[in-house]
Amino acid sequence: MPDLGETIRESQIWKSIFRHPMPVDRRNRIVVMLTNFFLHLHPVSIKKQGIALSYTWCMGGVTFFLFLVETVTGVLLMFYYRPTVEWAYTDIQMLRDVHSLGILREIHRWGAHAMVITVWLHMYRVFLTGSYKPPREFNWVVGVFLLLLTLLLSFTGYLLPWDQLAVWAITVGSNMARATPFLGHEGPGQQLLTLGGVDMITNASDARFALLGAREVGEETLNRFYILHCIAIPLGVALLLAIHFWRVRKDGGISGPL
Amino acid sequence: MHGLSESQFQDLVASFLGPYYIALAAMNGLAALYLWRSGQSKDWIKLPGSIGGHSIAITNVVVWLLVGMVFAILAAIAGSGNTALVSLPEWLREAINRGTGPIVYSVGTTIGLIVLYFLRGFFVRPAVAWTIWNLMWLFLGLSMTDPDFYDIVAKPDNVPIVMLVFLLAFFTWLATYRAVINDNRIANGEPPLEKLDDEKILVWPDLVYTELICMIALTAFLIFWAIALPAPLEEAASSVKTPNPSKAPWYFLGLQEMLVYYDPWMAGVVLPSLIVVGLMAIPYLDFNKEGNGYYTIKQRPFSYAVFQFGFLEMWITLIVLGTLLRGPNWNFFGPYEHWDAHKVEALNNVNLSEYVWQRGLNMSLPGALSFSDMPWVPLPDWLTSFLNPFLEFFSLLFGRELPGTLLVLGYFIALPPIMALTVFRGFYQRMGFIRFMVMANLLLFMASLPIKMVLRWVFNLKYLIAIPEFFFNF
Repeated sequence: MPDLGETIRESQIWKSIFRHPMPVDRRNRIVVMLTNFFLHLHPVSIKKQGIALSYTWCMGGVTFFLFLVETVTGVLLMFYYRPTVEWAYTDIQMLRDVHSLGILREIHRWGAHAMVITVWLHMYRVFLTGSYKPPREFNWVVGVFLLLLTLLLSFTGYLLPWDQLAVWAITVGSNMARATPFLGHEGPGQQLLTLGGVDMITNASDARFALLGAREVGEETLNRFYILHCIAIPLGVALLLAIHFWRVRKDGGISGPL
Repeated sequence: MHGLSESQFQDLVASFLGPYYIALAAMNGLAALYLWRSGQSKDWIKLPGSIGGHSIAITNVVVWLLVGMVFAILAAIAGSGNTALVSLPEWLREAINRGTGPIVYSVGTTIGLIVLYFLRGFFVRPAVAWTIWNLMWLFLGLSMTDPDFYDIVAKPDNVPIVMLVFLLAFFTWLATYRAVINDNRIANGEPPLEKLDDEKILVWPDLVYTELICMIALTAFLIFWAIALPAPLEEAASSVKTPNPSKAPWYFLGLQEMLVYYDPWMAGVVLPSLIVVGLMAIPYLDFNKEGNGYYTIKQRPFSYAVFQFGFLEMWITLIVLGTLLRGPNWNFFGPYEHWDAHKVEALNNVNLSEYVWQRGLNMSLPGALSFSDMPWVPLPDWLTSFLNPFLEFFSLLFGRELPGTLLVLGYFIALPPIMALTVFRGFYQRMGFIRFMVMANLLLFMASLPIKMVLRWVFNLKYLIAIPEFFFNF
């Protein structure tokens, strides 16, 4: 009676998927890192202190994992959610009260808060260990962009439940944009931009209007934020994440004393 | 209190505090177990007498076990509904409410952080840090029985901030603890701790398994969190019912707090942009080659102090202030104070120009110039109508607002060269002109917030430059 596991691992299908034997000895533990798509982000070997939790806090990895959680739960939530003033709030309520997958919304919301916190903690650790110093300067800059996109992801997602918290938080937040110098209709320098006595920057053409798609937070804003939240910003994050991880490897792996 | 009666609230708090204190008891029990099993038990207080020739002493293990037992007793008291026994006394809460305000809060946190920084060698000792950690949780637990405190802290959207505060406390301790050890080692000519584990190990299994365990633990934590605490969802949006206070998402509340001292164009646009630019500039401004890849403070005191001032003091404490302590009309409320929408605070802030012209020189404020008052200027109409706003603006800037303009220009233009010639002489020589000017201006922008705070508190100063006609207030 041949061992079932053995039979599966010896089959042509298994071998075509995993192009390496089981990583049980030194050679194959190296091979697995080199031939597996998901593992090839990692180096083959690493200094022991580079994986010590008291050094790394694991916060970058946690942030990435939270991004994956947000992506998966977010895609599933999109099945249940319609970004219209008529339905948005009801759909969120239905997630809580009716759908059996409603827990996804709680996970998505708390995960988003957690992600903001873990990004900050990751940056805090990178600063405190001086890991932004040469040769990793540029990766720190990429990281700042990722911080910005994380905050924007959270900010755009804040509006989608269309409850009092959402609408007024976005109103308060986006009101700042109308004070943008030169580009906001209540910003300094706005009066200087006139053409034949007609203001160029009004409440229907300023930075806030571009953000909201309207003069007030409304249907257009919901649609705009929905697309930013579900497509535009995640694409940007995915690209920057790829660069961020690639640069970690190219800049010499995780930092440590020389 | 969400329409809860007094007894309903007591039940709610009791059902929360019971498990809360049990968790704290378990936390101390585990700490004691860890110290005992890892052979780190130490005699703290020698007792007179001996048993069988062995002197007896109270060890740290015993102390933390006793602390755990105290928490267990608190759990029994609180869980059985006697919340009055596990509360801060009324007079203390009253005193805290009355004693706190924006000034006490800001100055207090600053002094607190400075003390922590200079006495870090004492505060990072595990026993001291563990005591503070326990006191933080105890303070939170004792405060939760206050309905007003509970209302703010347990609001779903505020829960992450409470977590953030505790996480930051822990990680700041961890980083400082290692930095203190490293600084001592370096002073003794030894390499930092991070240098000790220099051997290379394979990523499979050590790192891959660690990541897998982290993922599973995190997933379990998220699911637990999602079940235990419903995520924020308030009533349906209404464009006519404006909540008071209206707050931005919690991570922007530091910026919203700046609105007290700055106009929206500064607090909401310019300063956030400068924060982002400043963060990106850090690696290009920090010319110090040391402290790369290990925790240290002594080898990079300047960059450390600036970053911690910006992050812990200006970003985090302002978020905590904006979230937990700012109530209706953005008034300050003590942690145990009811958010009364009718609380009135006198606003008698005065612009610098009013101070100078009206109070100092006893005359009315100078007005703006306009081409319509100067028919003798030989310019065509279309040009004067185009140039008029410029004339108005600059005549106000260098007329009515001249005192403030001079101060601000002096601050941003005259100060950097003075800094380069005096305290930052060494920096300037090593950084070169452009890098130094960028750093100096970023630092000055950063310092402008505390300066404006102090000016507000001491002189009731509203704006240094106030040109509301052009939305230009600084």
